[in-house]
Amino acid sequence: MDDFASLVQFSIAVPIVAAFLTLFVKSWGRPAVQIVSVTGFALPVIFALFLWGFYDPSTPGGYAFVSNLDTGLEMIGVGLHLGLNGVSLPLFVMASVVGLAAGLFAAQSKAENLSRYLFCLLIMQGGLMGVFASIDILFFYFFHELALIPTFIMVGIWGGRDRNYAAMKMTIYLTMGAMLSLVGLIAIYVKSGAESFDLITLKAHLAEMPLADSVQKYAFGLLLFGFGILVSLWPLHTWAPLGYGAAPSSAAMLHAGVLKKFGLYGLVQVAIPLLPDGMGYWDNWIVWLALGNILVVGLIAMAQRDLKQMIGYSSVMHMGYAFLGIAAMSVLGVGGVVLMMVAHGLTVALLFMLSTMVHHRTQTFEMSEMGGLAKKAPVLAAFFVCAMMASIGLPGPGLANFWGEISIFLAVYDFRNWLVYAVVAGIVISAIYGLRAIASVFYGEETDEFIESQKEVPVEDMSWAERVPVLILIIVMFFIGFFPKTVTESINDALESEPVYAQVEE
Amino acid sequence: MSAEIFQKIAETNTWSWIMPELAMGLLALSLLVLEVILPKVAHGAIPRIAILGQLVILGHVVTGICTGTLPVGEAFGGMLFFDETGQLFRVFFLGASIFVSYLGMVSLDKRTLPQVEYFHILLVITAALMLLAQANHFVMLFVALETATVGFYILVSYFRHTTVSLEAGLKYLIMGALSSTILLFGIVLLYGAGSNPALAGSSEDSLNFGNLAGFLAANPDDTLGLIGMILVISGVAFKVGAFPFQIWIPDVYQGAPLPTTALLAVSSKAAGFAMLLSFSKVFSALEDWFYPLLTALAILTILFGNFAALTQRNLKRVIGLSGVSHAGFLLIGVITARTVDWASIAILFYLFAYLLASAAVFSVLVHLNKDDDSDLTLDDLGDLAKKNGFLGLALAIGVGSLAGIPPLAGFIGKLLIFIAAFKAELYGLLGVAIVGVVVSIYYYFGILKSAFFDLWKFQTDEEEVPTAIPGIDLGFLGKLAILLATAGTLLLGFYQSPFSSWLLG
Repeated sequence: MDDFASLVQFSIAVPIVAAFLTLFVKSWGRPAVQIVSVTGFALPVIFALFLWGFYDPSTPGGYAFVSNLDTGLEMIGVGLHLGLNGVSLPLFVMASVVGLAAGLFAAQSKAENLSRYLFCLLIMQGGLMGVFASIDILFFYFFHELALIPTFIMVGIWGGRDRNYAAMKMTIYLTMGAMLSLVGLIAIYVKSGAESFDLITLKAHLAEMPLADSVQKYAFGLLLFGFGILVSLWPLHTWAPLGYGAAPSSAAMLHAGVLKKFGLYGLVQVAIPLLPDGMGYWDNWIVWLALGNILVVGLIAMAQRDLKQMIGYSSVMHMGYAFLGIAAMSVLGVGGVVLMMVAHGLTVALLFMLSTMVHHRTQTFEMSEMGGLAKKAPVLAAFFVCAMMASIGLPGPGLANFWGEISIFLAVYDFRNWLVYAVVAGIVISAIYGLRAIASVFYGEETDEFIESQKEVPVEDMSWAERVPVLILIIVMFFIGFFPKTVTESINDALESEPVYAQVEE
Repeated sequence: MSAEIFQKIAETNTWSWIMPELAMGLLALSLLVLEVILPKVAHGAIPRIAILGQLVILGHVVTGICTGTLPVGEAFGGMLFFDETGQLFRVFFLGASIFVSYLGMVSLDKRTLPQVEYFHILLVITAALMLLAQANHFVMLFVALETATVGFYILVSYFRHTTVSLEAGLKYLIMGALSSTILLFGIVLLYGAGSNPALAGSSEDSLNFGNLAGFLAANPDDTLGLIGMILVISGVAFKVGAFPFQIWIPDVYQGAPLPTTALLAVSSKAAGFAMLLSFSKVFSALEDWFYPLLTALAILTILFGNFAALTQRNLKRVIGLSGVSHAGFLLIGVITARTVDWASIAILFYLFAYLLASAAVFSVLVHLNKDDDSDLTLDDLGDLAKKNGFLGLALAIGVGSLAGIPPLAGFIGKLLIFIAAFKAELYGLLGVAIVGVVVSIYYYFGILKSAFFDLWKFQTDEEEVPTAIPGIDLGFLGKLAILLATAGTLLLGFYQSPFSSWLLG
């Protein structure tokens, strides 16, 4: 199996190498930059799909495609330890696909200093691939930061309204979250006495001698709130809508779609398996805070007049379902969370991209100033409706989100019956704001503002260059929607081998 | 005179052990000689000769470390003690001196001031600091420290035509003299206590570190010894800029010529930590006092440095105050050295990361073409990325490393300190450090924001076509220097093998 380990390394290295190449080929003109960067985004997709094809789901809980490099911190048990298991592989593939779509969209954007923009985006992509391929939890954190820094830069330089404030706020919040989770990881490392940051070693070590309850409690607390800030857990979510509202769309796609899943992934793969008793203590907290995400943030999302902000809030709201699924602590619930992470990554990226395309046509994000766009741009409308339906979680024709959410609901029902009412209320809320957004943007009469702006910028339907990245995301979304088993099998196998999740199931 | 005597002299000759320091002194003198004998047109070569000479010495020390041929043990009757850590401090001070020489070359070229003296004094300071890091005796320590400090007095007020530089010089002189007095008073008390024949463990040569440690171990309750230790630590706290001895830092950093600021920020601070590392062995018998004292210093230093830097707009003040907070992080490292055996490696790594990052930042600042570098503000960074993308990137890497952002060396430095602190169970300190890091993001981010994000602020005004901004010409040496600093920062960020194998091997 380890024959393809180098492909994992390449999928991290290729975007980073391409990033530096874009700076060098800048003098050859725009097409050269576009070709280099798109190649940098496309190769990881090919590698990731190839790895997916060769992954053996029966690998017993362990990791495939493992490689280990010493970077010089062996003395404290850190090494570049890469590999993929059933949970990380789907996310790895999703990251590469969203990256390709974001890259294709960015490459055709009118951003000033395109080569530097693509440089940041490619570095981010390299970090994202690394996050899900790291078995060493310090490198897991390291790659997350590698992807995070370009986000701040992109928001600050290429962002929209309020970009300076948004970039600053994001930076401070996310640094806080990252520092808390770093201390949590260090706590596990030091207290376990395993002298290693390697997840496999840590698991084996802690399975034999688990940490004391008090240690688990505070270490899990650190990780929960550290990761929680990064995943926009209520009430620490305020950076997210603001940041996404200001971020250039490709950065928002990669951050909301992929990078934000770092925290959930960290909880599922690191925090809960290593600190099961700590999870037991914080379980109730997670439930209540997640309800805050679903209900409070949901209502705030309903009140938004700005399309991009609304999508930002809705993405925060959906994290609530993920937290609830995690709180259920069963293979069904957590498996649903992982599936939803994949699906949500695709849909939220799609929504951010489509909302920017809407903006190109209406020159505004204010929904009250839009209307009747469907007549002018039917294809865009169709894609948007499709993405919004998926995001709401309608049991539409093979939409991936539905399978994730339904498993979460079933698990939550087993966990605490009454929670289902809240969850259903959440679905209603998201249906209200989602459908209302569709109605006000695409249907109804054309508003005066829209008619005005059409005089300056005539509205056309989507060009093929715009359709390609959208189609990539939609096709993958439908594929997972129609054949969820292709993904869930490996997820469930991996989760069942974790005693924490399997126990509750019995 | 038989051959035996010569042989004996050769065997016991420890002068060759301080070859690098001697060579630095000779190089310093030869610069003065060169000024006299070289024709005026060739004077421009003198700084380059200084840099070249230091590179040769650095090469000598590094090959010595790599081949393991450098001596280990006491020399000069216990005045100096040579070990691995001391060698690394030698490398550190030489590296810092080379960078400061480069900064001085750029900075002094723009001014009509005597040039050669600057490099002369710089080399003497560096030689003194190299000896200081290997001192094993309080007399040696004090003499080396004063040699360096007197040199600093001159370098701080080197821009004698500007009042801020003179003011900074005067402030540094008064504060420096005060701290030297405190330190000396502490040393005298330790001497008095340690050579009291009535007490156990006393010795004639009670200022030798080993003897003093022995005395303190025999008399851990000695009041004089305790007061002496507190005063000595206070003197050192002045050097590293730890609270409450940091008050001189903002003004002096601002007023001093930029290269001197760099030297103060890097070498002077590192010298303090070299001393603290050796003191932690000397005062190990008093650890119930030594470590709580340092803990209090570390907490206050981190909080003060970061919060004070928040409101500054003057670049040199920001860097100075951020340096105060770095001193706090390093103090945590010193405290963890009590229980974690690799903590001194963490401190050295942190220092080297700090050296490289500071070198990158100061190299950028020195190229900003500002006549009076004492009022460099954040606004002067505006459009930097447009004027010169290379400088912009270097600034980003330097500041990012100071802020401790992966994948830069500063992150690994902080990480090692955090892990060590956790191992030593210093949870309170760790919490303070986390707060410090988050607060520091604000002002580091502010620096980057003014260098990058205000880049296209006129973009919306179609009418206002920005006039061509003059680019900045770095020259070959400038590019090389900045490239070295940034590449080193990046390399140590994700590949620490060279460093760790060097330290452990």
